[in-house]
Amino acid sequence: MSLLALQRDFRTWLTTESADVGSRLEPGNASGLSIYLNNYRSSLMACLAESYGTTQAWLGDEAFAAAAANHIDRLQPHSWTLDAYAHDFPVTLAVRYPDDPEIADLARIEMMLGLAFVGPDADPIDPATLADVDWDTAALRFVPTLDMLSVISNAAAIWSAIAAGQAPPSAEILPTPATVAVWRSGLTPCFRTLDGDEHDALTLMVSGMAFGALCGRLVERFGEDAGPAMAGAFLGQWLQDGIIATVVSPASEQ
Amino acid sequence: MSSTHQFGLGLRKPHYGDFLDHETPVAVDFVEVISENFMIDGGKPRDVLRRIRTRHSVALHGVSMSIGSADGLDREYLRRLRALADDVDPLFVSDHLSWSRIEGFNSHDLLPLPYTEEVLGLVCANIHQAQDALARTMLLENPSSYIAFDGDMTEWEFLEAMCARTGCALLLDVNNIFVSATNHGFDALAYLAGVPADRVRQIHLAGHSQGRDLLIDTHDKPVPLSVWSLYETALSHLGPVATMIERDDDIPPLGDLLAELDMARMIAGHGRLELAA
Repeated sequence: MSLLALQRDFRTWLTTESADVGSRLEPGNASGLSIYLNNYRSSLMACLAESYGTTQAWLGDEAFAAAAANHIDRLQPHSWTLDAYAHDFPVTLAVRYPDDPEIADLARIEMMLGLAFVGPDADPIDPATLADVDWDTAALRFVPTLDMLSVISNAAAIWSAIAAGQAPPSAEILPTPATVAVWRSGLTPCFRTLDGDEHDALTLMVSGMAFGALCGRLVERFGEDAGPAMAGAFLGQWLQDGIIATVVSPASEQ
Repeated sequence: MSSTHQFGLGLRKPHYGDFLDHETPVAVDFVEVISENFMIDGGKPRDVLRRIRTRHSVALHGVSMSIGSADGLDREYLRRLRALADDVDPLFVSDHLSWSRIEGFNSHDLLPLPYTEEVLGLVCANIHQAQDALARTMLLENPSSYIAFDGDMTEWEFLEAMCARTGCALLLDVNNIFVSATNHGFDALAYLAGVPADRVRQIHLAGHSQGRDLLIDTHDKPVPLSVWSLYETALSHLGPVATMIERDDDIPPLGDLLAELDMARMIAGHGRLELAA
């Protein structure tokens, strides 16, 4: 048997436990193959448990183990990094628990916090350096770990309660979908729930819109007084969150 | 290559504080980290590694290169490992004589290879590619295994031919020799006598567990007497080498591992086992 054929057989054994393939690889009692099979499945289970501790706390150990086993049955690992195997788990949970959307929402928040944990380093801008900025033309560049996801449940509140060691609230469907922004502050992953207006504003700024143009949009929508005040409040919150890496002017971008 | 024996530990999360929070560095010559845990863009793991590197030499030990893959190596993996190695300036870069990936599937386990001429040619081609990509000599570790395939040569003959063809060096895992020798019925002393001694740069010492039919390389127990004894014999064949304790599960307080490392120092220094003392 060529090495390629042997390795294909081994993959088939690990993913299907085919008795025919097993007897080709290890004639006899398959005691060695059983060790490799156990190693394969237990390393994937451990990866999911380590990546989704809060989701596991919400689901319970038994249900989480069943969901993880289901994930291992439906999806083979493909990346050199075991961490990547955890990324599709929220999809498995969404399919498995269609009537409990807080489970997949919780897992997606946890997955994105995990990505932020190992994302690229970037220091937030020091607000003291912004005195001379021309805000009409300035645009914002955000820390590379900033990302946003849409949730339909109160998963963010559930996550926060479990992380704080408190009794989580009952699961609820939100009246309208909400946005959760995730990033890393220093070495610590963070998240915050945004209302629709802040989500729209942040999305525009991430796309490169000038801050003055955002103010114009908000004036059109909320009026001469409330619009600029809202833009200023968003900017202050983003500075406080530490998600702005740099403030650039058209000249500094050239 | 150091002119004296060196002694180190595998760095694991429960001991980060021991290594970083005290003014006096831990008394080891080097630490070994799992490469893949740090082949990331940034964040706390890379911060820990940067701070560790200011105190200790670091060896990079990989588990996912899959040097025995019939369909070659993953270039993105090599690119990331090269970037990490350039950043760390490691004492060694090592991985295992095994395979884990084939045609997009990754088992995340160290799977066994047949020791045939076909596999030798393929493994050597992959080692050449890895060494070129990393611009460094690789260390390859002998695996523990639970299946033995029909082959053209013994594992130690394979290691000797692999080193001769590629110039790679060896990370000799003494526990793995014991586990595989017990599981497959070969002579561990013949293995040690057959390994190209001048290519061994590093030694792993670890514990194992008794499974239903076979020994399992679990790294969850202290180094047993059988492995210490084999280590003593190994040192009689080798020149200066970097020895470390490798513990991955049921991780004890750092002091327990340092005591095991003192045992290794004692054996290397006295050339005999004084376990009763």
